[in-house]
Amino acid sequence: MWQALKRLYHKMGSPKWFYEISGRWTPWFLWIGAALMVTGVVWGLAFAPADYLQGNSFRIIYIHVPSALLSQSAYVLMAVAGLVGLVWKMKMSFIVGKVVAPIGATMAIMALLTGAIWGKPTWGTWWVWDARLTSMLILLFLYFGVIAIYNAIENEEMANKAAAILSIVGSINIPIIKYSVEWWNTLHQPATITLTKKPTMAPEMFIPLAMTILAFYCWFAVWVFARTRNEILWRERRTNWVKKELNLLESK
Amino acid sequence: MFFESFSSLIEMNGHGKYVWLCYGIFAAIIIYNFVSPKLTRKQVLKDIERQARREQQ
Repeated sequence: MWQALKRLYHKMGSPKWFYEISGRWTPWFLWIGAALMVTGVVWGLAFAPADYLQGNSFRIIYIHVPSALLSQSAYVLMAVAGLVGLVWKMKMSFIVGKVVAPIGATMAIMALLTGAIWGKPTWGTWWVWDARLTSMLILLFLYFGVIAIYNAIENEEMANKAAAILSIVGSINIPIIKYSVEWWNTLHQPATITLTKKPTMAPEMFIPLAMTILAFYCWFAVWVFARTRNEILWRERRTNWVKKELNLLESK
Repeated sequence: MFFESFSSLIEMNGHGKYVWLCYGIFAAIIIYNFVSPKLTRKQVLKDIERQARREQQ
C-alpha cells in the first residue's frame, strides 16, 4: 500500500506522465460533465418546482452553490499544492497551484455575481457587508494576489514560493467562509446541503443540484488539465518526448 | 415542465431577469474557462515551433 502510494507520488511528479494521463482522462471528464450539466441545468430551470418562499429566483441555486463550493475546493487544492511544492520541492505541484488560481478566481466571481443578483429579489439588496459575503470577497482577492505574484515576479522559484506561502496563509479564510453563517448574524441562509446530513430540499430540487455540482467538478478537472498541459509543454519543450509529441523530430 | 408556456419560463413570475442574467454570466465564465487554455495552447505550440526552427538554423 505504502509502496504503491510512493510510486504514484513519483509518477505524479513526472510531467510526461501527467501530460499523458490527463490527455486520456480529459474526454471522460468533459462529456460526463456535459451530460450532468445539461440535465441538471434544464431540470433546475424548467422542471423543478418553484421554492415556496423565494419563488423562481431560487433556480439560481443550481449555479450559485456549485461555483461557491468549487471556488473553495479549488483554493484548498491550491494551498495543498503549494505546501507539497514547498516541503518536497515538487515542480508539478507548483504548476498545479499556479494554474488553479485563475480558474478559482472565475468561480469566486461567479458565486459573488450570482449571489448578488439573487440577493436583489430575495433580500431587496445586491450587497451587504456581512460575514459570508465579505469572506467570499476576500477569497477572490486572495486568488488575485496569487495571480499577481506570478505576473509580477520573473524568477520562477521566487514566484512559486511567494504564491505558495500566500495560498497557505490565506487558507485560514476557508473555515471562516464555511462557518460565517453560524458564527455571525448574516442575511445569507445556512448551508442548504451538507455531506453528513440528509438534504432538507425535496428530491426533485436536490437531484439537479447534485448533478450541477458534480458537473462543475468534472469541468474543473478539464480546465486544470488543459492549463497544466500548456505549462508542461512549454517547460519541457527541449525534451525529446515533447518534440515527438508535436512532430518536431521528423522535420530534422 | 413546471411552467405552462415558453413565455412563462422566460418570465418566471418577474424573477426571469435575475435568473437569466445569472445563467448568462455562468455561460460566459464557462466558455472563457474552456476557450482560454485552448488559445494558450495554440500560442505555446507556435512559440515552441518557432524556437525549434531557429535552433535548427
